[in-house]
Amino acid sequence: MTRIGTVALNTFREAVRDRVLYNLVFFALVMMAAAILVGQISIGIEQIVIVSLGLSAISIIGLLISVFIGVGLVSKEIDKRTLYALLAKPLRRWEFILGKFAGLVLTLTVNTAAMAAGLFLALFYVKRSLEQADTVVLIAVYFILLKLALVVALAMLFSCFTTPLLAILFTAGLYIAGLFVHEMRGLQGGLIDPMLGRLLRWISYLLPNFENFDVMGAAAHGRVIPGALIAQNTAYAVVYCAIVLAVAMAIFSQRNLK
Amino acid sequence: MTELAIDIENLTKDYPYGFLHLKKRRSLESLTMQVQAGEVFGFLGPNGAGKSTTIKLLMRLIFPTAGSARILGKPISDIEMHRDIGYLPEQPYFYDYLTAAELLDYFARFHDFTAAERRERVQRMLKKVGLESAGRIQLRKYSKGMLQRVGLAQAILHDPAVVVLDEPMSGLDPVGRREVRDIILELKKQGKTVLFSTHILSDAEMLCDRVGVIVGGKLQGVGAPSELVGVKAQGMEILFELPADAASGGELLAQATRTGDRYRLQVEESGLYTAMERLGAAGAKILSVTQVKPSLEEYFMHLVEADRAQSAAVEVRAK
Ligand SMILES: Nc1ncnc2c1ncn2[C@@H]1O[C@H](COP(=O)(O)OP(=O)(O)O)[C@@H](O)[C@H]1O
Ligand SMILES: [Mg+2]
Repeated sequence: MTRIGTVALNTFREAVRDRVLYNLVFFALVMMAAAILVGQISIGIEQIVIVSLGLSAISIIGLLISVFIGVGLVSKEIDKRTLYALLAKPLRRWEFILGKFAGLVLTLTVNTAAMAAGLFLALFYVKRSLEQADTVVLIAVYFILLKLALVVALAMLFSCFTTPLLAILFTAGLYIAGLFVHEMRGLQGGLIDPMLGRLLRWISYLLPNFENFDVMGAAAHGRVIPGALIAQNTAYAVVYCAIVLAVAMAIFSQRNLK
Repeated sequence: MTELAIDIENLTKDYPYGFLHLKKRRSLESLTMQVQAGEVFGFLGPNGAGKSTTIKLLMRLIFPTAGSARILGKPISDIEMHRDIGYLPEQPYFYDYLTAAELLDYFARFHDFTAAERRERVQRMLKKVGLESAGRIQLRKYSKGMLQRVGLAQAILHDPAVVVLDEPMSGLDPVGRREVRDIILELKKQGKTVLFSTHILSDAEMLCDRVGVIVGGKLQGVGAPSELVGVKAQGMEILFELPADAASGGELLAQATRTGDRYRLQVEESGLYTAMERLGAAGAKILSVTQVKPSLEEYFMHLVEADRAQSAAVEVRAK
């Protein structure tokens, strides 16, 4: 456990020193510009504009970091041969994978928390107050974080057996497919061949369901998010990550380094 | 019977290559070799012989096609084995965003040291490899030789009983090479077992209790350096200078090769003193006399040819 934590903290340190957190400057600029603009129009849509824009930015920036750094977590250590000395230490390969995963999730958590704080600042600036109902924005941010953890796990899995470029494509492909699982399930009604419909339905259950993590509409309009959805999404992300990481660990444990 | 530090049995490695990795190339052929506890063992062979392959197999960085190995009595698949071994990879590279001190501290965390012990050890190791003043510089600014030193420091950081070094002298200047030799000898004095690979004959001769010679993935023999590489000196080389006002060196000078102000002259061992006297009479200033040995390449060529001749002989007999 301490070994996993050691790898995780070093991964976090790497991200900080490689200036990954500089994206926050970009986010801050976007939020500031939006807040000032909305402040001038001010026709009662401040909440919607700021929350939608903020959550979209948090999601997109997080996704970029998850995919690009997630794919490099393991492959970069192999390519640069930094892994050789490390694996000669009493560190199991699965502990390394888990540590790397935890390190990037920690980085994303810090990054996302900072962006969420920025979002609330902007919201406070345009509304001059915050309400109880705004906590729904926090839940939306939490869902984004769950989604990002899942993306990191997938990126790591692919990078364990293909080239970084292919791993990026696979992860992006799965993410996009995962946004349309409901549509895939809805396709069967007579429109297409029933066999194909059944196949798509099967596939839709294997795909990571990213649709459930999107509550931007509810957050923007201050609607309540049911507690059951929070529990369901949390459990889904934990179980799905566990399965994906277990496969990644199994593959990586067999792998010959160059 | 002495205890075995490393016990390798029939270790074989095929690397896949070609379309869909369907073809296989054998890089290590059924290697069986033992390293006794407390000895310095040199793993000697030309480039591409399979030295790094063997070492990476031992470190579990790659997995064998066949065979097995034990380190300190434990099968290498046992993670516990890693507590007591140190490893310097070939041409090591480390996290370039860390300083040397941070890197060593990071690695030390995988062993059960307290924070105070870690700090003390890191400083001691940096000092040992001559990097005390560079400990706070990021590794991206390190030269190849400095990285090699950091690599050595992390290999011996936790006081391991078995130290495996892959080409520890490569990339180092003469001073660095001597320092590495001193560290290896110090490890030996502490009763550690050292296995190091090299393609440089003199390094092995100078340090090893025993050497194993590997060529083309096959172990050619194991023994004391003098037995294996005790190839006869081909002669002596005299290095000398000739002042401008010196008398002519005559025919000896004609045989010498000149580089700048200096001359090199190669003579038979038996003719050494005569040659030196004649050079002295000619007013030459003798700078050094060294034994000329066949280069390792020549030595390995000889081994490979002997290997071929033997298999040819077997073929003839079979007919
Ligand atoms: N990852 C690899 N894939 C394919 N062939 C390899 C790989 N690593 C080494 N080899 C081959 O195995 C042989 C032995 O290499 P190596 O063990 O690195 O030699 P040495 O360390 O003695 O110079 C060489 O012919 C080399 O080309
Ligand atoms: Mg090598």
